[in-house]
Amino acid sequence: MSKVAIINYGMGNLDSVARAIQECGGNIEITSSADNVKSATHIILPGVGSFRKGMENLKSLQLMDVLKEQIIVKKIPFLGICLGMQLLATKGQEGGETEGLGLLEGEVKMLECVSEERLPHMGWNEVDYEKESSLFFSIPSHRDFYFCHSYHFVPADDSHVIARTSYCQNFVSAVQKRNLFGVQFHPEKSQAMGFQILKNFLAFSHA
Amino acid sequence: MLKVRIIPTLLYRDFELAKGIRFDSWRRIGGVVQAVRVYNMRMVDELIFLDITATLQKRDPNFQIVDDLADECFMPLTVGGGVRTIQDVQRLLQVGADKVAMNTAGIEFPELIKLVANKFGSQCAVVSIDVKKSPNGKYSVYTHSGTQSTDLDPIFVAKRAEEYGAGEILLCSIDRDGTMEGYDIELIQQVAQAISIPIIASGGAGNYEHMAQAVIEGGASAVAAGSIFQFTQQTPREAKLFLKEKGIPVRL
Repeated sequence: MSKVAIINYGMGNLDSVARAIQECGGNIEITSSADNVKSATHIILPGVGSFRKGMENLKSLQLMDVLKEQIIVKKIPFLGICLGMQLLATKGQEGGETEGLGLLEGEVKMLECVSEERLPHMGWNEVDYEKESSLFFSIPSHRDFYFCHSYHFVPADDSHVIARTSYCQNFVSAVQKRNLFGVQFHPEKSQAMGFQILKNFLAFSHA
Repeated sequence: MLKVRIIPTLLYRDFELAKGIRFDSWRRIGGVVQAVRVYNMRMVDELIFLDITATLQKRDPNFQIVDDLADECFMPLTVGGGVRTIQDVQRLLQVGADKVAMNTAGIEFPELIKLVANKFGSQCAVVSIDVKKSPNGKYSVYTHSGTQSTDLDPIFVAKRAEEYGAGEILLCSIDRDGTMEGYDIELIQQVAQAISIPIIASGGAGNYEHMAQAVIEGGASAVAAGSIFQFTQQTPREAKLFLKEKGIPVRL
């Protein structure tokens, strides 16, 4: 029986993520407790807002160590959404340079617009695959997902990039390192395609 | 490529949805949750839900109704009406809003925009600007559901909102609202050229050509519409097919 821990660290749209996971057949637990995180079969770090505030909150809830333990040692499937993906980085620039979770080497920087582009990058845009991933099972490349952000994750190692999106110089829109997944878009707000991403994540188990 | 969004606007007034003409002459159009379910099924890009009597009646946003509709809304949802404090914003986000629109408070107390952007991020701070043109051709911003003039220039208000951290401007022409005579293209152009955050054009859509004009001539990133989807047979999907023919990127 799956138990999906949705981490509540005061950074936004928990309800939307929880509802979407329920619709996809997952059992959810919205939680800020390390014990609940330890007993989960899947962990989701959602979140909108600033990098610095996000890290401050994770620290004050003392969730950093348990997250690292579950993800790296126990290899529990993990999905970071939007800010939740960005926090995986070594450091971020939003709100002043801040150290991240450091689970995926790289840096979070502001997007750089080209010509007519506007920021935030807000709305539906294509996710173009760079690599095969179980996260994309039965979803064709170049489908539209919902984005809403001004910063992006620049991984140090390109081999972790599984998708890019053509805006502001083709930023990284999805990453994977074994059981660790991150998406810059919002699957919980991307209707059928988004739900398929969540179902694929729920179906992922590290054997 | 980033798609142009077509966004149905749901106006909530005295416990049900309604649509008026120039912020007046209201017609009832039914239940909220039911409308959201229909739009969800039709894979609409995004929804805007505005509680248009909250500020006038000096009451809080109706958090319960937002909670109910957000539970059925698997697309981005912007909620506005009666938002006065950072606590209002926090509660709306908690019950499932993705973005919060600030109208009267965002104009009378612009510091609120800063607070919201710093705490929850620019991406959820939408500033909604209602504009009327005076007989001498001068645009000015109105608050309290279009009932109070401020004598402020919409360009000034939009630029200040951007500077304070707003992530998007919902720009509505009161003169065109509900008339289905077309968006105020001149207004959209002026504001779109002055700022670099996205603009949602609102007020006046009567056919798909109007939407294309708001995007191509006006420079809007998204178009919002009420009457066209509530009182005519036209649909968001057909609108997108039309825009696509015109070379505008849309999600189908």
